[in-house]
Amino acid sequence: MSKTINSLRALLLAALASVPALAVAPQGPAPLFRLTATDGTQVSLEQFKGQVVMINFWATWCGPCRQEMPLLDQLYAKYKPMGFTLLGVNVEPDSTLASGFLQKTPVTFPILFDTKSEVSKLYQVAGMPSTAIVDRKGNLRWVHKGYKPGDENEYLNQIRALVRE
Amino acid sequence: MKGYPRVGLLLTGAATLLAASACAPIEPWVKPYERERLADPVMVMDPDPVSSSYMDHVYEVREGARGATGGAGGGCGCN
Amino acid sequence: MGRASPVAICTLLPLLGVAAHAAVLPEDRADLMYHRYSGGGITVQGPSILVRKSIGESLSATANYYVDAISSASVDVVVSGASRYSEKREQKSLGLDYLRGKSMWSAFYVESAENDYNASTWSLGVSQDMFGDLTTVSLGYSQGRDRIGDSTDPLFGDEIERRNYRVGVTQVLTRNALVSLNFETVTEQGYLQNPYRSMRYLNVTDTYTLAPEVFPRTRTSNAASARLKHYLPWRAAAEVHYRFYGDTWGIQAHTAGVEYTHPLEGGRWTLTGSWRYYRQNSADFFSDLFPFEDAQNFMARDKETSALASHTLGFGAAYELPLEFAPWLKRGTANLHVSRMMIDYGQFRDLRDLPPGTVPAGSEPFYGLNANVIQFFLSFWF
Repeated sequence: MSKTINSLRALLLAALASVPALAVAPQGPAPLFRLTATDGTQVSLEQFKGQVVMINFWATWCGPCRQEMPLLDQLYAKYKPMGFTLLGVNVEPDSTLASGFLQKTPVTFPILFDTKSEVSKLYQVAGMPSTAIVDRKGNLRWVHKGYKPGDENEYLNQIRALVRE
Repeated sequence: MKGYPRVGLLLTGAATLLAASACAPIEPWVKPYERERLADPVMVMDPDPVSSSYMDHVYEVREGARGATGGAGGGCGCN
Repeated sequence: MGRASPVAICTLLPLLGVAAHAAVLPEDRADLMYHRYSGGGITVQGPSILVRKSIGESLSATANYYVDAISSASVDVVVSGASRYSEKREQKSLGLDYLRGKSMWSAFYVESAENDYNASTWSLGVSQDMFGDLTTVSLGYSQGRDRIGDSTDPLFGDEIERRNYRVGVTQVLTRNALVSLNFETVTEQGYLQNPYRSMRYLNVTDTYTLAPEVFPRTRTSNAASARLKHYLPWRAAAEVHYRFYGDTWGIQAHTAGVEYTHPLEGGRWTLTGSWRYYRQNSADFFSDLFPFEDAQNFMARDKETSALASHTLGFGAAYELPLEFAPWLKRGTANLHVSRMMIDYGQFRDLRDLPPGTVPAGSEPFYGLNANVIQFFLSFWF
């Protein structure tokens, strides 16, 4: 019995100690990419140089991703005039799922299709959703994994600070 | 617990696994952005708890065996 | 209590309320169910209502109310000479899940009440996501106490103390497959038999006499199970499961099954089909007919301690409700599950319609029963 209790204690301590790790160290130049957008045009990260760019990796099968979509759209509308843009990178192999979702939940920011997971790999996406912010000089400055209500305030803080630079 | 040291052993094993995960992150072979099928509602391990717990009860009442029916995990892996 | 129901009458629905995922709080939902079991002279039916609601960002509470309304003229009731009886069992439970990082901590309390049987159990559990969320490890402990009476004997009263220890691992194998391994030990101490049941022994005249059963006062069991679920390319899922069970009464059992889930085009209907096989050998102290009155220390003739084998076929249909008129609901489904259980007892004989003396004791036909189980439930996510 005492053995069982000891094991339980060890397990609980281990559970408390484990901390989720960041995948990409948010420093240095952001990896460049080019993807197809919903309207068929090619969109690359380079063309937004001089702007603050938020890259949001999302999927229709991911509940928290769907939940934050409308909030991201509000962010985009509010900060776009200050040199901010948002790229929604859909990670699904089948892009029709995203198109179907966007018909019901339209957004104004560009949605790009990463059907071969190339950009997800490049950014070492470690959770769904994942959000990265690139500064005006093209450096990766902030990475966030997951979404729970309230996280949008952290997005706001980061964007506010970076658009002023 | 006399005569059943296996539980202790299993728990120790689980604790070791957990402890290992805390210090050395393992590169997942199914990436977070590759879970679209695992996140599909058809892949939920126990989609209707109200129904499965009832069936477990029906079986337990009519059979000698019991236990080890549960499960947790799988799915979206979001957040 | 279950004059009708066997050894495990008091087992509480054990996992209701235990969260299905770590790392994310379970979704808010409500389930309203009607359930009905009929077979072997027994009808058990009633409602079950399960509500799960989150409180803030890291707590989720569940509450369940469940009723069994029992009407029984089972083989045991008939052989004992009693007439059909009716009774009611009510079960209430409360659970709380607390999410902290990648861990889910759970506490759960359940109690069940009948006129001659009361049971309560509390449980604690933790589950943890690790290895890039490919692995979920869970641990659980439960402790319960049953208080047993006898409606025909006001002086009778006894108890059972029960402890459960659970360990589970769910592992993502590939982009298409998940496996779940579970292990559970249960220890029980106390009055582990049914006061309304009898054993029988042989008389010199080839007839038999019914006499009280004598069960051991302890039982420890181990069960280990594996469940594999695989995604199929035409958007469907197949599941196989197996469980091995062994206990200190000498019962060993194998459970195996398959399930197939298939959503229909259009997305409104999802169909499931399943088959489950179960087989056990008898307890060491089981006999259908003991050679004389005090033949052994322990003597059981419960059909659930007999060798038995059963097949269960199941069919389910879920319909996605159009809920445009109710924007406060995210989703709703109407579900019908129908199962047919076919049980054959390898040693337990059917003594009905055979008054002592008509055939030599021990040559009666083996007992078997077929049962239909129906569940209809509405589920709402909000």
